[in-house]
Amino acid sequence: MRQTTLILTLAAAGLAAAAGAGYLALRPADPFAPCAGSQVGATIGGPFTLTDETGRTVTDRDVLARPSLVYFGYTFCPDVCPTDSARNAEAADLLEQRGHIVQPVFISVDPGRDTPERLRDFTDFLHPRMVGLTGTPDQVAAASRAYRTFYRKVETGDEFYLIDHSTQTYLMLPGHGFVAFFSRSDSAQDVADRTACFLERA
Amino acid sequence: MRSLFLAAAALSAALAALPASAHEFTAGDLTIGHPYAFATAPGALAGGGFMTITNAGDSPDRLTGIRAGFPKVGLHQTVEKDGVASMEPVEAIEIPAGATVDLRPGGYHVMFMGLEGAPLVAGTMVPATLVFEKAGEVPIEFAVEPRGAAAGGMEGMGHGDGHGGADAASE
Repeated sequence: MRQTTLILTLAAAGLAAAAGAGYLALRPADPFAPCAGSQVGATIGGPFTLTDETGRTVTDRDVLARPSLVYFGYTFCPDVCPTDSARNAEAADLLEQRGHIVQPVFISVDPGRDTPERLRDFTDFLHPRMVGLTGTPDQVAAASRAYRTFYRKVETGDEFYLIDHSTQTYLMLPGHGFVAFFSRSDSAQDVADRTACFLERA
Repeated sequence: MRSLFLAAAALSAALAALPASAHEFTAGDLTIGHPYAFATAPGALAGGGFMTITNAGDSPDRLTGIRAGFPKVGLHQTVEKDGVASMEPVEAIEIPAGATVDLRPGGYHVMFMGLEGAPLVAGTMVPATLVFEKAGEVPIEFAVEPRGAAAGGMEGMGHGDGHGGADAASE
């Protein structure tokens, strides 16, 4: 390589390194950086108004006053939703053993069938701390939009319709909002371990 | 002597009633292994059933239907794509020769619908009839189990994955 080209190349590399270092120094510090999959800064979550399983109107501030694992599903779902919810319930138990109280939250995307009573029945069966939320179709749609989740009713010509839906669980921390998500393939132990990392730094 | 006989008979009956690891049903070349369903919440509207089906024969068969005492029963498959889950009704499930097909959470399953008022209760058995193209009608019973190992469920009893042979059901 000719000497001029070499000098220019090194100078460019030096500038890039300086720019990179400058960027890192100026970026807002993420206290959860050591926690795997930290999503601090991602715009997930937001205001919602829903009805809880006692029939009371609640907002996101009411519900998310404590660390929560938020999942969107429906109670008619025999396979995915109970499995994922049971996984979240088990993670809550593992976390409780470590001194962390986390609240599993189940937001129904099936306001047509999931009344507060049905949600109370479903959540009580899974975990004493699990909170079920429903609402009008518009309220549910608004909550789903805030969390960027997907759901779609699949008509079957009878009352036994199905609903396609996203299956991520969102870790919401008071004062921080959304910090991480879990996919349905994550084990209860993984969810508990990663959540504990955030809780120990919150 | 008679009381000894009665005691032995009672013990045999008790043992026969236990959910033994050989909770299976055979029909021709097919063996239906440990059909089970998870217990549902008291007010649940739907539940799911699972099992393995082993075809020890030389020719394929197809599970084309199932009947049970609920307003609606059907075969479904859970499909996941990009984090979105859907359940698709399935017309028939192929059971290739020499293979074991797994109906398991996250894959093929039986869906019991319209439970309202009659939940699936752990410790009970749910009778059903499987319908195969070749093997015909096969009466079975689903054992209802609590969900989750922590709840003392019996899921470890041999209906996990990894039987010998092709597992045609999973994606």
